[in-house]
Amino acid sequence: MDPVILSCAELSTRELNAALAELTDGATARIVEPWGRHNMAVGLTNRITIDIDGNAGYFTGGLGDGPDLTIAGFVGWSTGENLMSGTIRVRGNASECTGASAHGGTIIVHGDASSRTGISLKGGTVLVGGDVGHMSGFMAQAGVILVGGDAANGLGDSLYETVIYVAGSIASLGADARVEELTDSDVKTVRELVDLAGFMHIDPENVSRVASARELYNFDALTEQRY
Amino acid sequence: MCGIVGLHLKTPVLYARLGELMAPMLDCMSSRGPDSAGIALFDEARPGRLRLSLHATEVIDWDSLGRELAQDVSASVAVEPLGDVAVFSVDADQDLAERSLRRLAPSVALVGTGQSMEIFKDVGLPREIIARYGIEKRSGYQGVGHTRMATESAVTTEHSHPFAPAADVALVHNGSFSNPASVRRRLEREGIRFETDNDSEVCARFLARQMQHGADLGDALRLVQKDLDGFFTLLVATKNQFAVLRDSFACKPAVIAETDDYVAMASEYHALAGLPGIASARVFEPAPEEVYTWTR
Repeated sequence: MDPVILSCAELSTRELNAALAELTDGATARIVEPWGRHNMAVGLTNRITIDIDGNAGYFTGGLGDGPDLTIAGFVGWSTGENLMSGTIRVRGNASECTGASAHGGTIIVHGDASSRTGISLKGGTVLVGGDVGHMSGFMAQAGVILVGGDAANGLGDSLYETVIYVAGSIASLGADARVEELTDSDVKTVRELVDLAGFMHIDPENVSRVASARELYNFDALTEQRY
Repeated sequence: MCGIVGLHLKTPVLYARLGELMAPMLDCMSSRGPDSAGIALFDEARPGRLRLSLHATEVIDWDSLGRELAQDVSASVAVEPLGDVAVFSVDADQDLAERSLRRLAPSVALVGTGQSMEIFKDVGLPREIIARYGIEKRSGYQGVGHTRMATESAVTTEHSHPFAPAADVALVHNGSFSNPASVRRRLEREGIRFETDNDSEVCARFLARQMQHGADLGDALRLVQKDLDGFFTLLVATKNQFAVLRDSFACKPAVIAETDDYVAMASEYHALAGLPGIASARVFEPAPEEVYTWTR
């Protein structure tokens, strides 16, 4: 089936997203002349495939619950913010807050991702081929972050149960984050993520596992607690 | 929230198009700041030509004021009237011209001075300000612009950006400082005069003070990091430099595109998307705490 072509030169953001929302499961769409437009392909719940033919702005693919989205260029802040399911693949670099609060789904950035990558992650998977900026994984609660390059200062500050794997160096860890021993299970997880993203430069047996030391938080919703 | 844009041209071929290239950049940032806008444009300095960028809140006969000024300072004055603003080109010493102007027209605000720099700023939508002052037709080698969404002080022409704390210096700021009052008190004790209660003006005057003491723009910006606390993406232009600095947390956005022909900076990429050759530009996000400078 030929893709539906949608041009940002002709459509407002609202019209673009409405046109995408109307597509039936299995359809494909191509967004042309994106020119760094914000809020493209947000809030979609259909199982469609979308290609953005250039650079995109803020919140690209945010709140998505179904689509598979590929951006040919780079993206602005908060790509895949609050993602529920589906995949977002960025061929270039990503700006700040990639995958912020994502509950599910997978965000793959082939280049670098900037500060606060995976901030407050709630179960999504964030895979970055290059480096990540400062305060990445800040207060991340669940899900996985994989970094193929280096991590800047304050990695995993106030981390809850997200696990961060870093192939390169870590400039510094944030409060309550620590490097833990890599288990066979970790290696298996990283191998699957590397295969999924196509990040062949990452050796799954040679990454650092960063997780919470659990000294800053003490609640556990699954057990009886007295406060 | 505010929007900032800047363009530093390396290729003289583009100088004639500075205003035409920057106008859509500024307009594009309306979404980040619809209450005021301003732009500082830098053109080649000519000996004996001091430019005074003026803004009036009442109807002024600019030609008549120009003649009075010429007589008062015994020098030629060329007048470019643009409604409530005007650019005077004066062949006189800056202090003399400023003093004379304050005496002749105390209600007229001097929003910028310099051999190279002109400033146009006002309350209103960026596109209205662009049209009102014919920004698209203006030329030059670099410019910095700002779209304001005020958060900490009044919405007036004086409170809008760019701030020009010295001749041929313009600052635009996105963010908010948390200790401007103490820095301001210190500067006031040193004799620095302020025109508004805007926090960005404190930063602008702090920078000018450091440069007055011999710091170059890069050094002065490093001192901003040391003495001023808060959130900021700063874009500053001087006669021969163009610089960007973000705070330690990089709380406010910034993107830079560089080609052989220009360096362009904006709060958001889509403000740069219409520039010529953008597809092959090196586009990057300035790192926190790193001072980026370009010198012509």
